[in-house]
Amino acid sequence: MPTTVQALIIIAILALGTAITRFLPFVLFRSAAAAPHYVHYLGKLLPPAAISLLVVYCLRYISFAAAPHGIPEAIGILVVAALHIWKKNTLLSIAAGTVSYMLLVQFVF
Amino acid sequence: MLKKLPAAIRAAFPHTIPVLTGFLFLGIAYGILMSGRGFGWPWILLTSVVVFAGALQFVGISLLTSVFDPLYAFLIALSVNARHLFYGISMLEKFSGTGKIKPYLIFGMCDETFSVLCSTEPPPNVDKRAFMLAVTLLHQSYWVLGSIAGGLIGPLLTFDTYGIDFVMTAFFVVIFLNQWRAQKKHSPALIGLGASAVSLFIFGVDNFIIPAMVLIVACLTIFRTRLARTGSS
Repeated sequence: MPTTVQALIIIAILALGTAITRFLPFVLFRSAAAAPHYVHYLGKLLPPAAISLLVVYCLRYISFAAAPHGIPEAIGILVVAALHIWKKNTLLSIAAGTVSYMLLVQFVF
Repeated sequence: MLKKLPAAIRAAFPHTIPVLTGFLFLGIAYGILMSGRGFGWPWILLTSVVVFAGALQFVGISLLTSVFDPLYAFLIALSVNARHLFYGISMLEKFSGTGKIKPYLIFGMCDETFSVLCSTEPPPNVDKRAFMLAVTLLHQSYWVLGSIAGGLIGPLLTFDTYGIDFVMTAFFVVIFLNQWRAQKKHSPALIGLGASAVSLFIFGVDNFIIPAMVLIVACLTIFRTRLARTGSS
């Protein structure tokens, strides 16, 4: 168990590392106009790709080989997607999907 | 900016409710874990204010309780958060001209804030910069309050919250669908899904993010002439 000073150093380092990942693009391309066309192109197309990465990231612990084979996640996502396409109400989709998932993992699987 | 902020907070609040729910529960979970390891609310307050990166803060609990190794902690911070590089590149234009609030907008851009900022436009009567500041501030305050609450009341909770973390998955699925509807071309979203799934399969849960990012950039670069010609938005 590290001492108080060591714990403070670790927290400072976590803060520094995180800040580097957030500030680096803005330091490298000080003004948006100065960034090369290629970076602008990436800036336009990366957001949808990054959202996809986040969806996969949230589901990373699913094992299809072991029970429950990702079935609660699949049902949860189907509920979210079906409601969202039908009602287009963000809060309703998220709440219903989360509650169905919780019921599934607590009582069914 | 300060005068425009209350109106911007009113306009931004409805867009932050999903994250409010998610962050309160995830924050409470984090607070419970930290206090269980002997780090009370002042420590929780400190990390949630200065680090403000959910996944890394959870990993950080084990870094705080194992052998003191600052270099390892630094490398973990860089690799767990490497995805922020994508958000920065995506926001170069949106954040340009934001002046004094720019450093805080960059500092506070977690996954959820990035998702809301790149998929939501403020109403016409609300200042754009104040709106972005409001979303960032609200999200961070939910995280800070949730994690402190977890540290204080966590041990007293009796209701079974198992599975509540799905709220963040549901949130990103909704953002995904909203983006899907807004785009004419779906190839960037599909490249993102494919590259992430392939990397997860090859590199495993703990190491797939950076290969996935490299693969996404490689695909976008290889197909640049095609993707740039047809346009994505």
